[in-house]
Amino acid sequence: MRLLELIDLHTFYGDSHVLHGVSLSIAPGETVTLMGRNGMGKTTTIRSALGLTPPRSGEVWVRGVSVTGWPAHRIAREGIALVPEGRGIFPTLTARENLLVSARPGRWTVERVLALFPRVGERLDHLGAQLSGGEQQMLSIARALLTNPALIILDGATEGLAPLVRQEIWAALRKLRGEGTAALVVDKEVRALLEIGDRHLIMVKGRIAFEGDSAAFAERMQDNLALLRA
Amino acid sequence: MSFSLFALQVLNGVEQGLLLFLVASGLTLVFGVLGVLNFAHGSFYMLGAYLAYWIAARTGSLLAAVLIGVPVMALLGLVVERLAIARLYKRDHLSQVLLTYGLVLLFNELQRALFGNDVHGVDTPTVLAFRIPLGSAQEWPAYRVFTAVACILVAAAMRQVILRTRFGMRVRAGASNAEMVEALGIDVRKLFSVLFSAGTALAALAGMLAAPLTTVYPGMGEGVLVLSFVVVVIGGIGSIKGAFLGALLVGLSDTFGKVLLPGFSSAVVYAVMAAVLLLRPRGLAG
Repeated sequence: MRLLELIDLHTFYGDSHVLHGVSLSIAPGETVTLMGRNGMGKTTTIRSALGLTPPRSGEVWVRGVSVTGWPAHRIAREGIALVPEGRGIFPTLTARENLLVSARPGRWTVERVLALFPRVGERLDHLGAQLSGGEQQMLSIARALLTNPALIILDGATEGLAPLVRQEIWAALRKLRGEGTAALVVDKEVRALLEIGDRHLIMVKGRIAFEGDSAAFAERMQDNLALLRA
Repeated sequence: MSFSLFALQVLNGVEQGLLLFLVASGLTLVFGVLGVLNFAHGSFYMLGAYLAYWIAARTGSLLAAVLIGVPVMALLGLVVERLAIARLYKRDHLSQVLLTYGLVLLFNELQRALFGNDVHGVDTPTVLAFRIPLGSAQEWPAYRVFTAVACILVAAAMRQVILRTRFGMRVRAGASNAEMVEALGIDVRKLFSVLFSAGTALAALAGMLAAPLTTVYPGMGEGVLVLSFVVVVIGGIGSIKGAFLGALLVGLSDTFGKVLLPGFSSAVVYAVMAAVLLLRPRGLAG
């Protein structure tokens, strides 16, 4: 059974038609990457799936249950966690509170996420606003894991971060992959995405323009890179 | 001004400020977290005072009035939030002002229909009907001491809830990014309902505690509402700590304004607000 399935989503911001029939599915434990230039609908696809910007038509299914039209918090509770664009750290809460605010019981515990991101452990009593961009991103991923999701969605896994921090985050995502948590990863680093993902999607103007595994992606590498060039 | 008179005014100002804090804390949270400008918040204070009068007149006990009245008002807060306020979360401030001002008119008519336009007194509980001497010439009513202490205890309890509980964490998180809270699997609407209800109960509690001091009269909510907005602005929108400091400042300014500048007392509070905003445009804790 599919963990997440989006069927023919059409989403609007006011009058502007952003998603033109987006369909995608993610199997349990699978890592899927979502690529595309800015403004092509990646974030809107994620927001539609989570019910943050409900689609005007189309369906969203989680583990065989239609969650179309559900409020975002109920969809999240079906086992989907978001690491949003801009990281979404609560600036007036400490790092520890950011972790605990939404934690739900499961195999991910505070000790385990801190083992994955030791740097977060060193800053637990600092306010979210005091952390560096990289620390915030690690905290955001740790916070998402502590909701014990079946699927973690990273909207911009390493964007805007220093190269060393990026490496740390990719390393952590590789470990996650070994743990069997499914992931939908949005990023600009094509090479890292090809290495980490089972399947890859490219969005162009609100549609899925390419879908395939790493081998299929490599076969049409030049065409795909052209789709990603500004 | 003699020292004992000065001390008495300080105590009165602090006590008035603490009562104001109970009202303003709910107003600032509803504004800061729910994003709603609630003009009806003063009505909850007024209804609390009338409820205290009505229940105390029947039971002879202000304590009974508080024990019955606070849950009743919390329930009223839930109903008002569900029926009216919840429709305002995605609306602009003009719609919010129109609807909540409509609620003010509704509650005022309700008060007229149920209790009439007379001014009602509420007896001070007999155990507290004595005065504490302050120097040789002044004395402080024990009920005012009790009110101040009760407000401090409530403020301390609020502080614990907001800083130490998960509910408080979520409220603080919601104040900066409610959508993120929702995306993490937390029912923000429920959180908002509970918060609004708590704010309603606190405003009503302030009205109940104030009833023996100020008497109970039509329009008593409006004056408190205006002062509470001043407190929210001085303290910084959404900040409980700011509301606490702002309420004490407003309570003291108002009290000393009435004593030192009787002709201009109502202007003193606004002058203080203007001064604070000149120095800190986002408020004391903003």
